[in-house]
Amino acid sequence: MFNIPLIPEHASTFAAKVDPLFWFLTIFVAIFCVAITAIFIYLGLRYKQTPGRKSEHYENMALELTWSVIPAIIAIGIFWWGTVIYFEYANMPEDTYDVSVVGKQWMWKVQHPNGKTEVNHLTMPVGQAVKLTMTSQDVLHDFYIPAFRVKQDVIPARYTTMWFEATKTGEFPLFCAEYCGTEHSTMVGGVTVLPQAEFTAWLGGETGMTPVEAGAALFQQMGCVTCHAQGDASRGPQLNGKFGTEETFTDGSTATIDEEYIRESIMTPGMKIVQGYAPLMPTFASQLSEDDINNLIAYIKSLS
Amino acid sequence: MANESTQHHDIPERDYHAPKSNYLNWQHTVSSWLLTVDHKRIGVMYLIAISVFFMVGGIFAGLFRLELLTPEGDYLQSDTYNRFFTLHAVVMIFFFLIPSVPATFGNFFIPLMIGAKDVAFPKLNLLSWYIYMIAGVMGVTLISLGGLDTGWTVYAPLSTTYANTNVFLATITIFVSGFSSILTGLNFIVTIHKMRAPGMTWFRLPLFVWAHYATSVIQVLGTPVVAISVLLIGIERIWGVGIFDPALGGDPILFQHMFWFYSHPAVYIMILPGMGVISEVIACFARNRVFGYEFIAFSSIAIAIIGFLVWGHHMYVSGQSMYAGFVFSLLTMLVAVPSAIKIFNWTATLYQGNVVWDTPMLYAVGFLGLFAVGGGTGLFLGVIGLDVPLHDTYFVVGHFHYVMVGGMVMAYLAGLHFYWPKITGKAYPRLMANIAAIIIFVGFNFTFFPQLVLGWMGMPRRYHSYHPDFQILNILSTTGATVLGIGFILPVFYLLWSLVYGKDAGSNPWGARGLEWEACTSPPDPHNFHEIPVVTKECYSYTGEETVSV
Ligand code: HEC
Ligand SMILES: [Cu+2]
Ligand SMILES: [Cu+2]
Repeated sequence: MFNIPLIPEHASTFAAKVDPLFWFLTIFVAIFCVAITAIFIYLGLRYKQTPGRKSEHYENMALELTWSVIPAIIAIGIFWWGTVIYFEYANMPEDTYDVSVVGKQWMWKVQHPNGKTEVNHLTMPVGQAVKLTMTSQDVLHDFYIPAFRVKQDVIPARYTTMWFEATKTGEFPLFCAEYCGTEHSTMVGGVTVLPQAEFTAWLGGETGMTPVEAGAALFQQMGCVTCHAQGDASRGPQLNGKFGTEETFTDGSTATIDEEYIRESIMTPGMKIVQGYAPLMPTFASQLSEDDINNLIAYIKSLS
Repeated sequence: MANESTQHHDIPERDYHAPKSNYLNWQHTVSSWLLTVDHKRIGVMYLIAISVFFMVGGIFAGLFRLELLTPEGDYLQSDTYNRFFTLHAVVMIFFFLIPSVPATFGNFFIPLMIGAKDVAFPKLNLLSWYIYMIAGVMGVTLISLGGLDTGWTVYAPLSTTYANTNVFLATITIFVSGFSSILTGLNFIVTIHKMRAPGMTWFRLPLFVWAHYATSVIQVLGTPVVAISVLLIGIERIWGVGIFDPALGGDPILFQHMFWFYSHPAVYIMILPGMGVISEVIACFARNRVFGYEFIAFSSIAIAIIGFLVWGHHMYVSGQSMYAGFVFSLLTMLVAVPSAIKIFNWTATLYQGNVVWDTPMLYAVGFLGLFAVGGGTGLFLGVIGLDVPLHDTYFVVGHFHYVMVGGMVMAYLAGLHFYWPKITGKAYPRLMANIAAIIIFVGFNFTFFPQLVLGWMGMPRRYHSYHPDFQILNILSTTGATVLGIGFILPVFYLLWSLVYGKDAGSNPWGARGLEWEACTSPPDPHNFHEIPVVTKECYSYTGEETVSV
């Protein structure tokens, strides 16, 4: 317990990029703070009050400009470094292993593509980019894995994404970083990074329905099929091959059909009415959980 | 002008005896205080009030630091813990930091510095004190009614739909206190424009006045926005109108934009007046005109303006577009530059001066070092790539305490020790004061440096219980907080002691320049000056004159 930890574990490709910037800034700022305080004290002693000596005011425009321009250049340099790292990170890689995450007061639900679910825990393979698509059932949360140096807010009624690639296997803590009410500090868990083979074996264990299968079942159960039956566009629009395309609404506006749009169509169908249709569709807001909606979205995506 | 002599030449340089009648003793009744429109008495009433609020805020901090000694959440309930850190922030920000320097020293000294008999709207000034007190007392009521547990950021939809406490009352408190801040700002702007004595040109103004001018502009422009956002929270909470809660069709990110549009500039409302104090203290104790006066004056204005354009740096991981992040990050890095310029200029002021190392100067050095750390850690959070891991961790907590406590509270204490003889007419024991300065400096670093490390290690903020790996650093921090607490209590004793037993300070104990020292007695006359002074020289006319040792 009583070892003073000073360097956090780093275990992702992003951490390898962030850490050098962190240490550079640490050294830079430390030198700056010590130097400025030392110079101040030095000048204060060097020009200590001596009876008979007069203060001489000193102005020097060149000096003033130097220490205005140089900090500005350094500031822009640091900005550039941090931004390049971030833009590389913001670029979602191809071939990710996709996991969906739902945050709610005060737990994390994680679902793998084959339907396997975990609570407050994420199991993932090493050396493979993992993409999380996340939403919240209530307030804001934030999925934070310190060892990977990543965090992302999780927002109700929206889907935010994040990705990371672990560089070593092991157990790492997982925290909620956005204050979310009474038990915020217990909304914690862990991440287990396994070697590829072990991960495949773990995943192969007992599984439930895949999200697409579960979505298909819900589509029947909830009666979506009565209005969105394949090949019958009379009551509601066809959903086949719709994902990612542009939709036009009665007021002439358009939107791309993405996760958020589908969610909105299910929860508040009255918000945007597809051109050529009546506002017939009822809201399912009180009948479906965030997981159900995730499954329906997965199913509708699979129709493409 | 035929007669070159200014009024302040008529007052003997070293007047060791308090004048018989001054603003403190010319009237004695309680109502002569509570109904006063004298900016000096109002300043003193603010001083008393904010000291009380500072203590309340500090006690809450002490209570939850105690909880953080152990990783388990064992001694406070989660809800209690959450209320305590929320109340600590609300009290410290809205009832201490924002009014701290402007409402006390600003009120007291701006008219003296510019050679006016009072502020432009004395009654409005009293009104803003009452508004502040009403808001503050409501804040305390709120504690007894069950507190507020959303964090001072009152993010939606937690605050609008889910929080289980009296959020509406709390938001009203912030709303009401905002008016006090707006009225004070307005009063200062008009006062500085309209009430300057003959000959007091803009570039003869003390930098303290420039800093307050910039602050007032932010207060007047920014505060209405936070008032609107808290009002909207109230509307959503009471009538269920969907503004921020997505379940009602609202947008939670909109709230963050509105909140930070005010709350980032509010950081400058808190720090700029402190920078003003530091300029005065350093000029006086270096016995020199501030190096690059114009640069410091305009850097305050630059900070006030650019400060309005950087709020998005609180939202890099909120789901905000990466291009927005790009612009906010660039502007954030640039707004650091004017602060750096000030630091360099203050340091250069000592060059070829006659430096006197007295108590206010110790606090000023403390300010300089700690504010540099605060600004430097701000760079980490301003660059997006590094903010991703550091956002919402203890690194942020450490950073803003370095700015707000290490910077602002140090500056406030520098001001308190600098201006105390003028306000009260009494000298305080210097040795005690110097010891307190050192204890505060050491205690401060022990409290907050471990928090920077904790954040880098990954400890999120607002955690009631935490991962056992973080314990040792938390113990260090709590220990430091104890020392810091002792450091803060000491001045209460020796300053109050000085009121009764202190020696008369004389009108200009530090040998400072400026109307407030040279043309006013200590404590000042009820009407400040017997006649409006005519200013013939700039405020930092130290150079070339033989200095008088203190
Ligand atoms: C009573 C008939 C009805 C039912 C039941 C129904 N819908 Fe709809 N749905 C419609 C109609 C009509 C529209 C087009 C008008 C609109 O946009 O509201 C529509 C639109 C949609 C859209 C937008 C399609 C587009 O092309 O933009 C989606 C997605 C959707 N529904 C999904 C569902 C799901 C999932 C369910 C089951 C949970 C469901 N609907 C149940 C009638 C229905
Ligand atoms: Cu949380
Ligand atoms: Cu900010």
